[in-house]
Amino acid sequence: MPLGWLLLLVLLIAAAGYVMGRRRALSGAGGDTRAMHSLPGAYGWNVAMAVLIPSLLLMAAWTAVAPSVIDRMVAPMVADQGDPALVMSDVRRVARGLVILDEGFDTIAAEGLRDRLASVGVAVGQDVSESTLAAAERYDILAARSSWLLTALTLAIAGGAAAWALRRTTPDLRARNEVERGIQGLLIAAALVAIATTIGIVLALIFNTIKFFQLYPATDFFFGLTWSPSFGGGSELGILPLIWGTLYISFISLLVAVPLGLLSAVYLSEYASHRVRAWAKPMLEVLAGIPSIVYGLFALLTVGPALLAVFGDGGLGWMDGGTAVMTAGLVMGIMLIPFVSSLSDDIINAVPQAMRDGSLGLGATPSETIRQVVLPAALPGIAGAVLLAASRSIGETMIVVLGAGAAAKLSLNPFEAMTTITAKIVSQLTGDQDFSSPEALVAFALGMTLFVVTLCLNILALWIVRRYREQYE
Amino acid sequence: MTDLPLHGAMPEARPARSILDLDPRTRARNRAEARFRAYGLGALLVGLFFLVLLLGSILLNGLSAFTQTRIQLPVELLESELDPQGTRDPAVIGETSSLGYGDLIEAAMVQAVAAAGVPTAIEPGDLEDILSPGAGAQIREAVLRDPSLIGQTVTFDLLASSRVDGYVKGRVTRESLANDRNLRPEHLDIVDAMREAGTIERGFNADFITGADASERRPEEAGMGVAMIGSLYTMLVVLALSLPIGVAASIYLEEFAPKNRFTDLIEVNIANLAAVPSIVYGILGLAVFIQFMGLPQSAPLVGGLVLTLLTLPTIIIATRASLKAVPPSIRDAALGVGASKMQSVFHHVLPLAIPGIMTGTIIGMAHALGETAPLLLIGMVGFVASNYPNGALDGFTSPNSAMPAQIYEWAKRADPAFYERAWGGIVILLVFLLLMNLAAVLVRRRFERRW
Repeated sequence: MPLGWLLLLVLLIAAAGYVMGRRRALSGAGGDTRAMHSLPGAYGWNVAMAVLIPSLLLMAAWTAVAPSVIDRMVAPMVADQGDPALVMSDVRRVARGLVILDEGFDTIAAEGLRDRLASVGVAVGQDVSESTLAAAERYDILAARSSWLLTALTLAIAGGAAAWALRRTTPDLRARNEVERGIQGLLIAAALVAIATTIGIVLALIFNTIKFFQLYPATDFFFGLTWSPSFGGGSELGILPLIWGTLYISFISLLVAVPLGLLSAVYLSEYASHRVRAWAKPMLEVLAGIPSIVYGLFALLTVGPALLAVFGDGGLGWMDGGTAVMTAGLVMGIMLIPFVSSLSDDIINAVPQAMRDGSLGLGATPSETIRQVVLPAALPGIAGAVLLAASRSIGETMIVVLGAGAAAKLSLNPFEAMTTITAKIVSQLTGDQDFSSPEALVAFALGMTLFVVTLCLNILALWIVRRYREQYE
Repeated sequence: MTDLPLHGAMPEARPARSILDLDPRTRARNRAEARFRAYGLGALLVGLFFLVLLLGSILLNGLSAFTQTRIQLPVELLESELDPQGTRDPAVIGETSSLGYGDLIEAAMVQAVAAAGVPTAIEPGDLEDILSPGAGAQIREAVLRDPSLIGQTVTFDLLASSRVDGYVKGRVTRESLANDRNLRPEHLDIVDAMREAGTIERGFNADFITGADASERRPEEAGMGVAMIGSLYTMLVVLALSLPIGVAASIYLEEFAPKNRFTDLIEVNIANLAAVPSIVYGILGLAVFIQFMGLPQSAPLVGGLVLTLLTLPTIIIATRASLKAVPPSIRDAALGVGASKMQSVFHHVLPLAIPGIMTGTIIGMAHALGETAPLLLIGMVGFVASNYPNGALDGFTSPNSAMPAQIYEWAKRADPAFYERAWGGIVILLVFLLLMNLAAVLVRRRFERRW
């Protein structure tokens, strides 16, 4: 049975359970709600939740796990056909295509099947062999069996739970407490999604990184000075040029963002009148709300050519193309200005007014107060803000993909094209279905590096900011 | 008391001066003060200047994508070419491919050039370079829709090629065509004459807003429509998942969670997730949803799942702030009249926090709408967006792209005509973001309560 119908059926059972539970509790009390422990609705909800929670859990778990289990059972049949991932996707397509062709496996011939499938809009990667067809048959049988099993199990659980909950429904049942316990369980489950996400990220990265290091030595990856992947084999996948490019670009972006962001935060919080502040602050924050793809295009088509006109062949002759470390760094710096300024704004505002008043009372000018009292007091917080900005710029993708170029180089010239970890993750993984070559798997090792570096920066920054806040509270 | 000093003469006085005169040191300090202030103002102005520059270059480059050059061309639909037997049966007519219309278009162009009265050295076969390569398909579609057109001379409103479009918009000049294989400067003489005659016109380009992505050779046909639908489905998934999960998680953390290590762990976790680079979420989606669970590639459903995980921290942080803003007296009053903790939260606190939750959700969704990198990793790349989904439900699973990924695809392509499309796509994207942020501001202004 299709999943949608099954879901509908489960919902229907739950609704029926609600009505029956409510009625049963009411009739048990002779229609007198005062004789019941909870409001009538609570008895209904109690039954409905008893139906919904286990059956929905089962359905979710089944749909998450079943495809990979079936794949694993079918895969040995086509193990000799080359790359497993591609062959399995062919098997799935053949199985689906035969449903569209409306033909059984006993009448169909493997020969010419690819063209027939193509004629009904199912594109198969390679010619269908006998073993692929057999695997598709097996796949079809297993998928049908899985679907029936799921339907039967779900309905059994839903029905059983309804019957069990109904039998327990008496006016004395503490229905509200049970429902509330159930709801609290759901709330906890929702909060656990955050932990599950982190675990998912870590597992996804670790497993594929291990797979990568089995194919490619870890020392070559971490200490290699050349990055030249070739899908034909014989790639050199050293991360150092990428790390260099990443750090260089984020250094330049911080060089732009930190002074501009910090100074505008100082101006806005210490000097600007209310009217200016009310206008300028939201305007500056518009910069933070613009998606990074927009900055990427801005780097590629506006800033790059503008820099090229000044530093390129027509001008100083330092630059060969519009995409360069400088282009990406400058644009990323612009993107980070509001980030730095709003974080610093909060931190500057957290410095107690008494410290300012003391300094001003001794005769210091406002700028002396800011430089010698407010900023030193805010320094740890500002350092935290800079670290957060650094982590942002290391993880930023679209600006460097479009603005920094594609060549991995170890060079000091900021007008040369370089590339970063994030840009290479995109280029190694985009549109790829095959995760068995080191050239694709390297993206996971890159992702792992990126994740660990940004995580450390974030934890450090959050710790500094939190500690600093406590200092004045 | 006396005015006279005690010990005879006054002490060795400093040179007499008015207190209204500033000494050099004070003047230096005041100058430093003014300088510092100017630095601050300067930094702010530089930031705002960049904003103006960014918005300016978007509008300057992007608005032209909303107009398109079209050519009115009378084409004689010869029966001998299209339907020699005179059956008018769509199956028979359909056998002529769009390339088969080339001769008709060529003849029509020769006539049009003659009518414009320009002597030209261009071979008749090259005249159709003025038209989009998709012109044949456009005519074929019209003929298939209404076979009775065959045998008549029908005036079609055909797309001009991207070079001609660029010339009309001022992007392409005769000099820039010198090394161009797609169009020769001589073509532009014809274009000039046809513009004089009013057969080439620049008009509003609705296809850009509703159309699908086109192949690399036909920038003039490319549109954002399918990618917008992909974004819509992705956002539906994000809304349907992240709002309930985010609100439930915030309610637990804010109202029910005991203060212990486990709660601390969740809190630190959420703070960190908010700062994880978005591309890492893409890797997560690729490995877990596609590799492990076997969900289809390039599906808005998977995109929605990934972006849900990405926006959850934002929504949780905003929801918690608005729950925190509801004063404890509300909870106490509810508990005081006998409500359970759960009832006090769901009947009283949550409704009062809804404006804040809505604002946070809208801003989180706006953030997700502009996100590109994770979508690229799960295969929602631009060129996939070439077909509309077949049905309302099919939209969740059929391969599609999203607006930012479509823009990225156009930015990558070699033909500069696509850059105009990319800027135009950004205009559409920013309009959506502007509307969402306006909605957030309005909700906040209209419903937010200050306690």
